[in-house]
Amino acid sequence: MFILDTPPDTSAYMVAGYVIFFILMILYLISLFIRTRNLNQELTILESMKVQSPSEIERPVAINPPQSAGRDLKRKTAKAKVGRSNRVKKKVIKKK
Amino acid sequence: MQTKSITFKILDIISVLLLATAVYLALVYAPEELQMGQVQRVFYFHVATAWTALLGFVAAGVAGIVYLVTKDSKWDIVEVSAVEISLVFFFITIVLGSIWARPIWNTWWTWDPRLTTAAVTELIYIAYFMLREGIEDPDRRARFGAVYTVVGSFSAPITFFAIRLFRTIHPVVIGAGDPSALGTFDMTSKMLVAFMFALFTFSVIFVDLFWNRIRMGNLASKVEQLKLSIM
Repeated sequence: MFILDTPPDTSAYMVAGYVIFFILMILYLISLFIRTRNLNQELTILESMKVQSPSEIERPVAINPPQSAGRDLKRKTAKAKVGRSNRVKKKVIKKK
Repeated sequence: MQTKSITFKILDIISVLLLATAVYLALVYAPEELQMGQVQRVFYFHVATAWTALLGFVAAGVAGIVYLVTKDSKWDIVEVSAVEISLVFFFITIVLGSIWARPIWNTWWTWDPRLTTAAVTELIYIAYFMLREGIEDPDRRARFGAVYTVVGSFSAPITFFAIRLFRTIHPVVIGAGDPSALGTFDMTSKMLVAFMFALFTFSVIFVDLFWNRIRMGNLASKVEQLKLSIM
């Protein structure tokens, strides 16, 4: 390598190097901070959900319809059957 | 909500103070290198981040082995934490190296053995996180991750020894290297002080970040378990 009288001016690269180093480190620290904060928030919410109403969370939702609904359904089906049979009878009479 | 212990806060403060001192030593205390000028000052952080990152990758491999033996999920958290911080440090190494190379080699990048192995190592560990993201079952994810880091950790010594095994333009500052390598220089005693201090500083910063990341990993695992218990 050649021996230079004065060193070359490469200070801009040095500054760029250190600036980029600090930017990357700060970005990583921010990412760590945000992820930890979000996890802490999530943990607080989940813990409060578990403490406040464990019975509500564990209890299954009622999906059975009331008994009256079943009775109404039977009544409606019977009526429909009667109506249909009456219409068929009328058609037969007309043809005759 | 988790709160930081006093020891933890002290370590945070020590890390910041050490970093400030390392910056002072690198930018002010160490003399200017005559051949390369001011850009040579990048060397202190470039080597220190590389050293800690490569050690971190090896540590992740060791944690992977321990996980495979014990099946204890805490080793999975240790492994992920080591890989994540090493990945960030190694990315900084590559970027700083590229900035140093521009005025000295007249190029930002060249497919030199050291640079290539470094890029491959970085890519291997980026792929590690992609692999983990793709597996939902925590046990399976941890097992696959452990095997991957054990195999991947071989890339760290390969990268380290690349400049000693192959003909390369990357300088070997410590120990014998190719004399024709561009950017080689002899360290003065002040340079050596700044360099050793930077190595020590980044080791402490690594431990501090590692501790923070493990704490976050434990928190994430707690949240995951709570979610499962509620659902």
